[in-house]
Amino acid sequence: MTQAALQVVRISGHAGPVPGESVERAEQVCKLVDTTTCIGCKACEVACLEWNGYTFTETTFDNSYQTMPETAWNYWNLIKFNEHEREDGTLMLLMRKDQCMHCADPGCLAACPADSAIVQYANGIVDFQQEHCIGCGYCVSGCPFNIPKFNSQTKKMFKCTLCSDRVSEGLEPACIKSCPTGCLHFGTKDDMRELAEKRAHQLRENYGISTAGIYDPPGVGGTGVIYVLHDINNPEAYGGLPKDPQIPWVVKFWKGPAKWIGNLAMFFGVVGVTLHYLRFGPKQVHGPKLEGQVRSSGEKTDKNGGRS
Amino acid sequence: MSASRAIPNQRVGEQHGDRILRYTLAERVNHWIGGLTYVYCLITGLAFWSPYMFWLSDLVGGGSTARFWHPWLGLVFSVSVLWMFKIWRSDMAINSADLAWKKAMPRYIRNEDEDLPPIWRFNYGQKLFFWVMLWGMILLLLSGFGLWFVEGIPWSLRWLRYLSVAVHVAAALVTIGAFIIHVYMGTAMVRGGFTSIIRGEVSEDWARLHHRLWYEQVTGKTPRK
Repeated sequence: MTQAALQVVRISGHAGPVPGESVERAEQVCKLVDTTTCIGCKACEVACLEWNGYTFTETTFDNSYQTMPETAWNYWNLIKFNEHEREDGTLMLLMRKDQCMHCADPGCLAACPADSAIVQYANGIVDFQQEHCIGCGYCVSGCPFNIPKFNSQTKKMFKCTLCSDRVSEGLEPACIKSCPTGCLHFGTKDDMRELAEKRAHQLRENYGISTAGIYDPPGVGGTGVIYVLHDINNPEAYGGLPKDPQIPWVVKFWKGPAKWIGNLAMFFGVVGVTLHYLRFGPKQVHGPKLEGQVRSSGEKTDKNGGRS
Repeated sequence: MSASRAIPNQRVGEQHGDRILRYTLAERVNHWIGGLTYVYCLITGLAFWSPYMFWLSDLVGGGSTARFWHPWLGLVFSVSVLWMFKIWRSDMAINSADLAWKKAMPRYIRNEDEDLPPIWRFNYGQKLFFWVMLWGMILLLLSGFGLWFVEGIPWSLRWLRYLSVAVHVAAALVTIGAFIIHVYMGTAMVRGGFTSIIRGEVSEDWARLHHRLWYEQVTGKTPRK
Protein backbone atom coordinates (compact mmCIF):
# COMPACT_ATOMS: atom_id res chain seq x y z
CA MET A 1 0.00 0.00 0.00
CA THR A 2 1.12 3.57 -0.57
CA GLN A 3 2.60 5.07 2.54
CA ALA A 4 1.39 8.66 2.67
CA ALA A 5 4.23 9.65 4.98
CA LEU A 6 6.84 8.39 2.52
CA GLN A 7 7.87 10.54 -0.41
CA VAL A 8 7.99 8.69 -3.74
CA VAL A 9 11.16 9.27 -5.77
CA ARG A 10 10.80 6.69 -8.53
CA ILE A 11 7.69 5.23 -10.24
CA SER A 12 7.47 2.24 -12.56
CA GLY A 13 5.96 2.45 -16.06
CA HIS A 14 5.50 6.15 -15.58
CA ALA A 15 5.32 8.71 -18.39
CA GLY A 16 6.07 12.06 -16.82
CA PRO A 17 7.69 13.60 -13.77
CA VAL A 18 7.87 12.02 -10.33
CA PRO A 19 6.74 14.18 -7.40
CA GLY A 20 9.68 13.54 -5.11
CA GLU A 21 12.38 13.03 -7.72
CA SER A 22 14.92 15.42 -6.22
CA VAL A 23 14.13 14.88 -2.57
CA GLU A 24 17.36 14.30 -0.73
CA ARG A 25 16.67 15.22 2.84
CA ALA A 26 15.24 11.82 3.73
CA GLU A 27 17.69 9.37 5.27
CA GLN A 28 18.19 6.09 3.44
CA VAL A 29 17.05 3.23 5.63
CA CYS A 30 18.92 -0.05 5.75
CA LYS A 31 18.80 -3.50 7.30
CA LEU A 32 22.10 -4.99 8.40
CA VAL A 33 22.23 -8.79 8.54
CA ASP A 34 25.25 -10.18 10.35
CA THR A 35 25.44 -13.76 9.09
CA THR A 36 28.20 -14.52 11.59
CA THR A 37 25.82 -14.23 14.54
CA CYS A 38 22.68 -15.63 12.92
CA ILE A 39 21.62 -18.92 14.55
CA GLY A 40 18.95 -19.79 11.98
CA CYS A 41 16.11 -19.69 14.51
CA LYS A 42 13.65 -18.32 11.90
CA ALA A 43 12.05 -15.91 14.38
CA CYS A 44 12.25 -13.31 11.58
CA GLU A 45 10.30 -15.63 9.27
CA VAL A 46 7.53 -15.92 11.86
CA ALA A 47 7.50 -12.22 12.66
CA CYS A 48 7.25 -11.38 8.96
CA LEU A 49 4.23 -13.67 8.53
CA GLU A 50 2.56 -12.34 11.66
CA TRP A 51 3.00 -8.66 10.89
CA ASN A 52 1.96 -9.00 7.28
CA GLY A 53 -1.03 -11.19 8.10
CA TYR A 54 -0.06 -14.41 6.36
CA THR A 55 -0.68 -17.83 7.81
CA PHE A 56 1.77 -20.70 7.76
CA THR A 57 1.68 -22.83 4.67
CA GLU A 58 3.02 -26.33 4.30
CA THR A 59 6.79 -26.35 4.25
CA THR A 60 9.12 -28.34 2.05
CA PHE A 61 11.70 -30.72 3.51
CA ASP A 62 14.78 -31.06 1.38
CA ASN A 63 17.42 -32.46 3.74
CA SER A 64 18.00 -29.02 5.15
CA TYR A 65 16.72 -26.74 7.88
CA GLN A 66 15.43 -24.42 5.20
CA THR A 67 11.66 -23.82 5.31
CA MET A 68 11.21 -23.89 1.52
CA PRO A 69 13.45 -23.67 -1.58
CA GLU A 70 12.89 -19.97 -2.16
CA THR A 71 10.72 -17.09 -0.98
CA ALA A 72 7.04 -17.21 -1.92
CA TRP A 73 4.37 -14.59 -2.60
CA ASN A 74 3.17 -15.05 0.98
CA TYR A 75 6.59 -15.88 2.48
CA TRP A 76 8.86 -12.88 2.02
CA ASN A 77 11.58 -13.70 4.51
CA LEU A 78 13.49 -16.97 4.30
CA ILE A 79 16.62 -18.17 6.05
CA LYS A 80 18.79 -19.94 3.51
CA PHE A 81 20.91 -22.76 4.94
CA ASN A 82 23.99 -24.13 3.31
CA GLU A 83 26.45 -26.75 4.56
CA HIS A 84 29.62 -25.26 3.23
CA GLU A 85 32.85 -27.23 3.04
CA ARG A 86 35.92 -25.13 3.72
CA GLU A 87 39.16 -25.70 1.85
CA ASP A 88 40.60 -27.60 4.85
CA GLY A 89 37.68 -30.02 4.70
CA THR A 90 35.86 -28.72 7.78
CA LEU A 91 32.20 -27.80 7.58
CA MET A 92 30.42 -24.53 8.17
CA LEU A 93 26.66 -24.14 8.41
CA LEU A 94 25.97 -20.86 6.63
CA MET A 95 22.69 -19.11 7.32
CA ARG A 96 21.48 -16.05 5.51
CA LYS A 97 18.24 -14.18 5.81
CA ASP A 98 16.96 -13.84 2.24
CA GLN A 99 14.44 -11.16 1.28
CA CYS A 100 14.08 -8.22 -1.07
CA MET A 101 17.36 -6.30 -1.14
CA HIS A 102 15.72 -2.91 -1.83
CA CYS A 103 18.27 -2.00 -4.51
CA ALA A 104 19.10 1.66 -5.02
CA ASP A 105 18.77 0.87 -8.74
CA PRO A 106 15.86 -1.61 -8.72
CA GLY A 107 15.59 -3.97 -11.71
CA CYS A 108 11.96 -4.82 -10.89
CA LEU A 109 10.98 -1.16 -11.16
CA ALA A 110 12.91 -0.73 -14.40
CA ALA A 111 11.17 -3.75 -15.96
CA CYS A 112 7.64 -2.96 -14.72
CA PRO A 113 5.26 -1.65 -17.44
CA ALA A 114 2.37 -0.68 -15.15
CA ASP A 115 2.22 2.93 -14.04
CA SER A 116 2.88 3.17 -10.27
CA ALA A 117 2.86 -0.58 -9.64
CA ILE A 118 6.37 -0.30 -8.18
CA VAL A 119 7.62 2.79 -6.39
CA GLN A 120 10.81 3.75 -4.62
CA TYR A 121 10.48 6.01 -1.62
CA ALA A 122 12.97 8.71 -0.72
CA ASN A 123 14.12 6.53 2.18
CA GLY A 124 15.17 3.87 -0.33
CA ILE A 125 12.37 1.33 0.20
CA VAL A 126 11.18 -0.32 -3.02
CA ASP A 127 7.49 -1.12 -2.64
CA PHE A 128 4.94 -2.95 -4.80
CA GLN A 129 1.54 -1.25 -5.12
CA GLN A 130 -0.80 -4.18 -5.71
CA GLU A 131 -3.72 -1.97 -6.71
CA HIS A 132 -1.72 -0.91 -9.80
CA CYS A 133 0.00 -4.25 -10.45
CA ILE A 134 -1.23 -6.04 -13.58
CA GLY A 135 0.50 -9.33 -12.75
CA CYS A 136 2.64 -9.50 -15.89
CA GLY A 137 5.72 -10.84 -14.10
CA TYR A 138 8.21 -8.54 -15.84
CA CYS A 139 9.66 -7.73 -12.40
CA VAL A 140 10.62 -11.40 -12.11
CA SER A 141 12.85 -10.95 -15.16
CA GLY A 142 14.22 -7.62 -13.90
CA CYS A 143 15.22 -8.77 -10.40
CA PRO A 144 18.81 -10.00 -10.01
CA PHE A 145 17.92 -11.68 -6.68
CA ASN A 146 14.87 -13.77 -7.74
CA ILE A 147 12.57 -12.08 -5.23
CA PRO A 148 9.19 -10.98 -6.71
CA LYS A 149 6.60 -13.76 -6.58
CA PHE A 150 3.22 -14.17 -8.27
CA ASN A 151 -0.04 -14.89 -6.47
CA SER A 152 -2.03 -16.86 -9.01
CA GLN A 153 -5.32 -16.24 -7.18
CA THR A 154 -5.17 -12.44 -7.15
CA LYS A 155 -2.86 -12.18 -10.20
CA LYS A 156 -0.60 -9.74 -8.35
CA MET A 157 3.08 -9.73 -7.46
CA PHE A 158 4.31 -9.65 -3.87
CA LYS A 159 7.57 -9.24 -1.99
CA CYS A 160 9.06 -7.83 1.22
CA THR A 161 7.98 -4.23 1.80
CA LEU A 162 10.80 -3.57 4.27
CA CYS A 163 7.77 -3.00 6.51
CA SER A 164 7.17 0.37 4.84
CA ASP A 165 3.99 0.65 6.92
CA ARG A 166 5.99 0.29 10.17
CA VAL A 167 8.93 2.38 9.00
CA SER A 168 6.65 5.25 7.98
CA GLU A 169 5.43 5.29 11.59
CA GLY A 170 8.93 5.31 12.99
CA LEU A 171 9.05 1.61 13.87
CA GLU A 172 11.70 -0.91 12.85
CA PRO A 173 10.73 -3.79 10.52
CA ALA A 174 9.08 -6.83 12.12
CA CYS A 175 12.00 -9.16 11.35
CA ILE A 176 14.47 -6.85 13.12
CA LYS A 177 12.19 -6.61 16.14
CA SER A 178 12.08 -10.38 16.53
CA CYS A 179 15.78 -11.25 16.25
CA PRO A 180 17.00 -12.86 19.50
CA THR A 181 20.75 -12.70 18.81
CA GLY A 182 20.91 -9.13 17.60
CA CYS A 183 22.31 -10.21 14.25
CA LEU A 184 19.68 -7.96 12.62
CA HIS A 185 20.04 -4.21 12.84
CA PHE A 186 18.02 -1.38 11.36
CA GLY A 187 18.88 2.27 10.89
CA THR A 188 20.19 4.71 8.34
CA LYS A 189 22.34 3.38 5.55
CA ASP A 190 25.33 5.38 6.86
CA ASP A 191 24.96 4.03 10.39
CA MET A 192 24.52 0.45 9.18
CA ARG A 193 27.58 0.71 6.93
CA GLU A 194 29.59 1.99 9.88
CA LEU A 195 28.36 -0.77 12.16
CA ALA A 196 29.05 -3.36 9.46
CA GLU A 197 32.59 -2.04 8.94
CA LYS A 198 33.18 -2.26 12.68
CA ARG A 199 31.94 -5.83 12.82
CA ALA A 200 33.93 -6.92 9.75
CA HIS A 201 37.03 -5.30 11.23
CA GLN A 202 36.42 -7.14 14.50
CA LEU A 203 36.06 -10.46 12.66
CA ARG A 204 39.28 -9.88 10.74
CA GLU A 205 41.35 -8.60 13.66
CA ASN A 206 39.99 -10.48 16.69
CA TYR A 207 38.64 -13.71 15.25
CA GLY A 208 41.17 -14.35 12.50
CA ILE A 209 38.50 -14.43 9.76
CA SER A 210 40.63 -12.59 7.25
CA THR A 211 38.05 -12.77 4.47
CA ALA A 212 35.23 -11.12 6.44
CA GLY A 213 33.60 -8.23 4.63
CA ILE A 214 30.44 -6.36 3.74
CA TYR A 215 28.04 -7.24 0.94
CA ASP A 216 26.59 -4.04 -0.50
CA PRO A 217 26.75 -4.69 -4.26
CA PRO A 218 27.62 -1.60 -6.34
CA GLY A 219 26.18 -3.19 -9.54
CA VAL A 220 22.67 -2.24 -8.38
CA GLY A 221 23.77 1.01 -6.77
CA GLY A 222 24.06 -0.55 -3.32
CA THR A 223 21.21 -2.19 -1.44
CA GLY A 224 18.86 -1.41 1.42
CA VAL A 225 19.84 -4.73 2.98
CA ILE A 226 23.53 -5.30 3.61
CA TYR A 227 25.29 -8.40 4.93
CA VAL A 228 28.38 -9.09 6.96
CA LEU A 229 29.81 -12.31 5.50
CA HIS A 230 32.65 -14.50 6.79
CA ASP A 231 33.87 -14.80 3.23
CA ILE A 232 33.13 -11.80 1.09
CA ASN A 233 34.82 -13.50 -1.89
CA ASN A 234 32.25 -16.28 -1.99
CA PRO A 235 28.76 -14.83 -1.50
CA GLU A 236 27.28 -17.65 -3.64
CA ALA A 237 27.89 -20.03 -0.73
CA TYR A 238 25.26 -18.14 1.27
CA GLY A 239 22.27 -19.63 -0.53
CA GLY A 240 23.13 -18.23 -3.94
CA LEU A 241 23.84 -14.58 -3.16
CA PRO A 242 25.09 -13.29 -6.54
CA LYS A 243 28.68 -12.08 -6.61
CA ASP A 244 28.08 -9.06 -8.82
CA PRO A 245 24.33 -8.55 -9.24
CA GLN A 246 23.26 -6.32 -12.11
CA ILE A 247 19.98 -5.60 -13.81
CA PRO A 248 20.13 -8.17 -16.67
CA TRP A 249 21.52 -6.48 -19.80
CA VAL A 250 18.58 -7.75 -21.84
CA VAL A 251 16.22 -5.90 -19.49
CA LYS A 252 18.37 -2.75 -19.67
CA PHE A 253 18.41 -2.92 -23.47
CA TRP A 254 14.70 -3.68 -23.61
CA LYS A 255 13.81 -0.71 -21.44
CA GLY A 256 16.42 1.56 -23.03
CA PRO A 257 17.69 1.54 -26.63
CA ALA A 258 15.13 -1.05 -27.79
CA LYS A 259 12.33 1.43 -27.01
CA TRP A 260 13.87 3.99 -29.30
CA ILE A 261 14.69 1.54 -32.06
CA GLY A 262 11.24 -0.04 -31.93
CA ASN A 263 9.29 3.19 -31.63
CA LEU A 264 11.22 4.84 -34.46
CA ALA A 265 10.75 1.76 -36.67
CA MET A 266 6.98 1.74 -36.04
CA PHE A 267 6.77 5.50 -36.56
CA PHE A 268 8.66 5.42 -39.83
CA GLY A 269 6.62 2.41 -40.95
CA VAL A 270 3.43 4.45 -40.65
CA VAL A 271 5.08 7.53 -42.18
CA GLY A 272 6.45 5.38 -45.01
CA VAL A 273 3.11 3.95 -46.12
CA THR A 274 1.49 7.38 -45.80
CA LEU A 275 4.14 8.92 -48.05
CA HIS A 276 3.70 6.07 -50.52
CA TYR A 277 0.00 6.81 -50.73
CA LEU A 278 0.58 10.52 -51.20
CA ARG A 279 3.16 9.88 -53.93
CA PHE A 280 1.63 6.92 -55.82
CA GLY A 281 -1.95 6.66 -54.64
CA PRO A 282 -4.09 3.55 -54.91
CA LYS A 283 -3.88 0.76 -57.45
CA GLN A 284 -6.88 1.17 -59.71
CA VAL A 285 -8.14 -1.56 -61.97
CA HIS A 286 -8.95 0.05 -65.29
CA GLY A 287 -10.44 -3.06 -66.71
CA PRO A 288 -11.26 -3.58 -70.41
CA LYS A 289 -9.95 -0.21 -71.47
CA LEU A 290 -6.50 -1.20 -70.34
CA GLU A 291 -6.76 -4.58 -71.94
CA GLY A 292 -7.96 -3.11 -75.20
CA GLN A 293 -10.91 -5.45 -75.05
CA VAL A 294 -14.63 -4.84 -75.05
CA ARG A 295 -16.41 -6.16 -72.00
CA SER A 296 -18.81 -8.92 -72.76
CA SER A 297 -20.67 -8.75 -69.51
CA GLY A 298 -23.34 -6.14 -69.09
CA GLU A 299 -22.79 -6.04 -65.34
CA LYS A 300 -21.48 -2.85 -63.94
CA THR A 301 -18.27 -2.91 -61.94
CA ASP A 302 -16.74 0.18 -60.43
CA LYS A 303 -13.30 1.18 -61.56
CA ASN A 304 -11.73 -0.01 -58.36
CA GLY A 305 -12.72 -3.55 -59.03
CA GLY A 306 -14.94 -3.51 -55.97
CA ARG A 307 -18.62 -4.25 -55.97
CA SER A 308 -20.70 -1.25 -56.94
CA MET B 1 -32.10 -23.27 -42.07
CA SER B 2 -30.06 -26.31 -42.79
CA ALA B 3 -26.38 -26.29 -42.04
CA SER B 4 -25.53 -26.76 -45.68
CA ARG B 5 -27.19 -23.47 -46.55
CA ALA B 6 -25.73 -21.64 -43.57
CA ILE B 7 -22.22 -22.75 -44.51
CA PRO B 8 -21.99 -22.52 -48.30
CA ASN B 9 -19.98 -25.11 -50.13
CA GLN B 10 -17.64 -22.69 -51.82
CA ARG B 11 -14.66 -23.33 -54.03
CA VAL B 12 -11.95 -20.77 -54.69
CA GLY B 13 -12.18 -19.54 -58.27
CA GLU B 14 -15.89 -20.22 -58.84
CA GLN B 15 -17.55 -17.54 -60.95
CA HIS B 16 -20.74 -15.59 -60.49
CA GLY B 17 -21.23 -13.41 -63.55
CA ASP B 18 -18.03 -11.45 -63.89
CA ARG B 19 -17.18 -11.96 -60.21
CA ILE B 20 -14.65 -14.57 -59.14
CA LEU B 21 -14.57 -16.07 -55.67
CA ARG B 22 -11.14 -15.28 -54.25
CA TYR B 23 -11.66 -16.27 -50.60
CA THR B 24 -14.15 -18.83 -49.30
CA LEU B 25 -16.23 -18.04 -46.24
CA ALA B 26 -13.97 -20.28 -44.14
CA GLU B 27 -10.90 -18.39 -45.32
CA ARG B 28 -12.50 -15.03 -44.57
CA VAL B 29 -13.69 -16.07 -41.12
CA ASN B 30 -10.24 -17.41 -40.32
CA HIS B 31 -8.57 -14.27 -41.62
CA TRP B 32 -10.67 -12.12 -39.33
CA ILE B 33 -10.18 -14.34 -36.30
CA GLY B 34 -6.45 -13.99 -36.87
CA GLY B 35 -6.67 -10.29 -37.70
CA LEU B 36 -8.79 -9.26 -34.73
CA THR B 37 -6.86 -11.32 -32.20
CA TYR B 38 -3.63 -9.86 -33.61
CA VAL B 39 -4.99 -6.33 -33.20
CA TYR B 40 -5.98 -7.12 -29.61
CA CYS B 41 -2.51 -8.44 -28.85
CA LEU B 42 -1.02 -5.42 -30.63
CA ILE B 43 -2.98 -2.89 -28.57
CA THR B 44 -2.32 -4.63 -25.26
CA GLY B 45 1.26 -5.44 -26.23
CA LEU B 46 1.99 -1.80 -27.05
CA ALA B 47 0.51 -0.88 -23.66
CA PHE B 48 3.02 -3.21 -21.96
CA TRP B 49 5.79 -1.99 -24.27
CA SER B 50 5.91 1.68 -23.35
CA PRO B 51 4.66 3.84 -20.47
CA TYR B 52 3.65 6.39 -23.13
CA MET B 53 1.24 3.83 -24.60
CA PHE B 54 0.03 2.26 -21.34
CA TRP B 55 -3.21 4.23 -21.77
CA LEU B 56 -4.06 1.82 -24.60
CA SER B 57 -4.82 -0.77 -21.93
CA ASP B 58 -7.69 1.46 -20.75
CA LEU B 59 -9.37 0.90 -24.15
CA VAL B 60 -9.69 -2.79 -23.40
CA GLY B 61 -10.63 -2.74 -19.74
CA GLY B 62 -7.44 -1.79 -17.91
CA GLY B 63 -3.98 -3.24 -17.37
CA SER B 64 -4.95 -6.34 -15.40
CA THR B 65 -7.68 -7.31 -17.87
CA ALA B 66 -5.33 -6.69 -20.79
CA ARG B 67 -2.67 -8.81 -19.12
CA PHE B 68 -5.17 -11.60 -18.49
CA TRP B 69 -6.47 -11.83 -22.07
CA HIS B 70 -3.30 -11.06 -24.04
CA PRO B 71 -1.86 -14.59 -23.80
CA TRP B 72 -5.22 -16.32 -24.35
CA LEU B 73 -6.06 -14.32 -27.47
CA GLY B 74 -2.45 -14.85 -28.53
CA LEU B 75 -3.21 -18.57 -28.43
CA VAL B 76 -6.30 -18.05 -30.59
CA PHE B 77 -4.16 -16.03 -33.02
CA SER B 78 -1.62 -18.88 -33.13
CA VAL B 79 -4.31 -21.45 -33.90
CA SER B 80 -5.69 -19.17 -36.61
CA VAL B 81 -2.28 -18.78 -38.25
CA LEU B 82 -1.73 -22.54 -38.08
CA TRP B 83 -5.07 -23.00 -39.81
CA MET B 84 -3.97 -20.53 -42.50
CA PHE B 85 -0.82 -22.59 -42.87
CA LYS B 86 -2.94 -25.68 -43.36
CA ILE B 87 -5.19 -24.18 -46.04
CA TRP B 88 -2.73 -21.84 -47.79
CA ARG B 89 0.67 -23.52 -47.55
CA SER B 90 0.66 -24.72 -51.18
CA ASP B 91 -0.71 -21.40 -52.48
CA MET B 92 1.99 -19.60 -50.47
CA ALA B 93 4.98 -21.59 -51.75
CA ILE B 94 7.30 -19.26 -53.62
CA ASN B 95 7.61 -20.33 -57.27
CA SER B 96 9.43 -19.22 -60.43
CA ALA B 97 6.64 -16.81 -61.41
CA ASP B 98 7.21 -15.04 -58.08
CA LEU B 99 10.92 -14.70 -58.70
CA ALA B 100 10.30 -12.91 -62.00
CA TRP B 101 7.67 -10.75 -60.29
CA LYS B 102 10.05 -10.01 -57.41
CA LYS B 103 12.59 -8.56 -59.87
CA ALA B 104 9.89 -6.23 -61.18
CA MET B 105 8.70 -5.22 -57.71
CA PRO B 106 9.83 -1.55 -58.01
CA ARG B 107 7.28 -1.25 -60.83
CA TYR B 108 4.59 -2.73 -58.57
CA ILE B 109 5.48 -0.16 -55.92
CA ARG B 110 5.10 2.60 -58.52
CA ASN B 111 1.67 1.18 -59.47
CA GLU B 112 2.86 0.23 -62.97
CA ASP B 113 0.88 -2.97 -62.67
CA GLU B 114 0.37 -3.53 -66.41
CA ASP B 115 4.08 -4.25 -66.88
CA LEU B 116 4.39 -6.98 -64.25
CA PRO B 117 5.06 -10.66 -64.94
CA PRO B 118 1.93 -12.80 -64.41
CA ILE B 119 1.53 -14.61 -61.09
CA TRP B 120 -0.72 -17.13 -59.37
CA ARG B 121 -3.17 -16.65 -56.50
CA PHE B 122 -0.81 -14.64 -54.26
CA ASN B 123 2.01 -12.28 -55.13
CA TYR B 124 5.51 -12.41 -53.70
CA GLY B 125 4.75 -9.68 -51.12
CA GLN B 126 1.67 -11.52 -49.83
CA LYS B 127 3.67 -14.71 -49.56
CA LEU B 128 6.45 -12.93 -47.70
CA PHE B 129 3.86 -11.50 -45.30
CA PHE B 130 2.40 -14.95 -44.76
CA TRP B 131 5.75 -16.53 -43.91
CA VAL B 132 6.80 -13.60 -41.70
CA MET B 133 3.54 -13.94 -39.75
CA LEU B 134 3.89 -17.72 -39.50
CA TRP B 135 7.44 -17.62 -38.14
CA GLY B 136 6.64 -14.54 -36.09
CA MET B 137 3.71 -16.43 -34.54
CA ILE B 138 5.91 -19.42 -33.72
CA LEU B 139 8.51 -17.21 -32.02
CA LEU B 140 5.86 -15.14 -30.22
CA LEU B 141 4.15 -18.32 -29.02
CA LEU B 142 7.31 -19.96 -27.68
CA SER B 143 8.67 -16.79 -26.06
CA GLY B 144 5.16 -15.93 -24.89
CA PHE B 145 5.05 -19.09 -22.80
CA GLY B 146 8.33 -17.98 -21.24
CA LEU B 147 6.77 -14.65 -20.26
CA TRP B 148 3.43 -16.17 -19.23
CA PHE B 149 5.00 -18.76 -16.92
CA VAL B 150 8.17 -16.88 -16.05
CA GLU B 151 8.28 -18.36 -12.54
CA GLY B 152 8.09 -21.81 -14.08
CA ILE B 153 11.56 -21.23 -15.51
CA PRO B 154 13.93 -22.14 -12.67
CA TRP B 155 16.42 -19.54 -11.46
CA SER B 156 19.29 -21.67 -12.72
CA LEU B 157 17.87 -21.38 -16.27
CA ARG B 158 17.09 -17.68 -15.93
CA TRP B 159 18.79 -16.94 -19.27
CA LEU B 160 15.59 -18.42 -20.73
CA ARG B 161 13.59 -15.67 -18.99
CA TYR B 162 15.77 -13.02 -20.64
CA LEU B 163 15.72 -14.81 -23.99
CA SER B 164 11.92 -14.89 -23.87
CA VAL B 165 11.79 -11.12 -23.39
CA ALA B 166 14.24 -10.47 -26.23
CA VAL B 167 12.59 -12.87 -28.69
CA HIS B 168 9.05 -11.69 -27.89
CA VAL B 169 9.99 -8.04 -28.43
CA ALA B 170 11.99 -8.67 -31.61
CA ALA B 171 9.36 -10.95 -33.17
CA ALA B 172 6.57 -8.54 -32.25
CA LEU B 173 8.35 -5.59 -33.87
CA VAL B 174 8.98 -7.54 -37.08
CA THR B 175 5.31 -8.58 -37.29
CA ILE B 176 4.21 -5.00 -36.57
CA GLY B 177 6.27 -3.78 -39.53
CA ALA B 178 4.69 -6.43 -41.74
CA PHE B 179 1.24 -5.65 -40.30
CA ILE B 180 1.51 -1.92 -41.10
CA ILE B 181 2.29 -2.72 -44.74
CA HIS B 182 -0.42 -5.40 -44.88
CA VAL B 183 -3.15 -3.13 -43.54
CA TYR B 184 -2.09 -0.24 -45.78
CA MET B 185 -2.06 -2.40 -48.89
CA GLY B 186 -5.23 -4.27 -48.02
CA THR B 187 -7.28 -1.15 -47.35
CA ALA B 188 -5.87 1.94 -49.05
CA MET B 189 -3.45 0.82 -51.73
CA VAL B 190 -4.89 -2.18 -53.53
CA ARG B 191 -8.47 -1.21 -54.29
CA GLY B 192 -10.74 -4.23 -54.34
CA GLY B 193 -8.54 -6.15 -51.92
CA PHE B 194 -10.47 -5.20 -48.81
CA THR B 195 -13.87 -6.11 -50.28
CA SER B 196 -12.42 -9.46 -51.36
CA ILE B 197 -11.52 -10.41 -47.77
CA ILE B 198 -14.95 -9.21 -46.57
CA ARG B 199 -17.29 -10.62 -49.25
CA GLY B 200 -14.88 -12.98 -50.93
CA GLU B 201 -15.22 -11.83 -54.52
CA VAL B 202 -13.15 -9.84 -57.00
CA SER B 203 -13.94 -8.67 -60.51
CA GLU B 204 -12.55 -10.48 -63.52
CA ASP B 205 -10.57 -7.37 -64.40
CA TRP B 206 -9.07 -7.27 -60.94
CA ALA B 207 -8.07 -10.91 -61.09
CA ARG B 208 -6.62 -10.51 -64.58
CA LEU B 209 -4.58 -7.48 -63.60
CA HIS B 210 -3.20 -8.67 -60.27
CA HIS B 211 -3.13 -12.46 -60.57
CA ARG B 212 -3.07 -13.31 -64.27
CA LEU B 213 -2.02 -16.97 -64.00
CA TRP B 214 -4.57 -17.65 -61.28
CA TYR B 215 -7.23 -15.91 -63.37
CA GLU B 216 -6.44 -18.04 -66.39
CA GLN B 217 -6.39 -21.16 -64.27
CA VAL B 218 -9.80 -20.62 -62.63
CA THR B 219 -11.60 -19.19 -65.68
CA GLY B 220 -9.99 -21.43 -68.27
CA LYS B 221 -9.43 -18.39 -70.48
CA THR B 222 -6.27 -18.39 -72.53
CA PRO B 223 -3.83 -15.51 -72.53
CA ARG B 224 -4.44 -12.86 -75.16
CA LYS B 225 -1.52 -11.33 -76.91
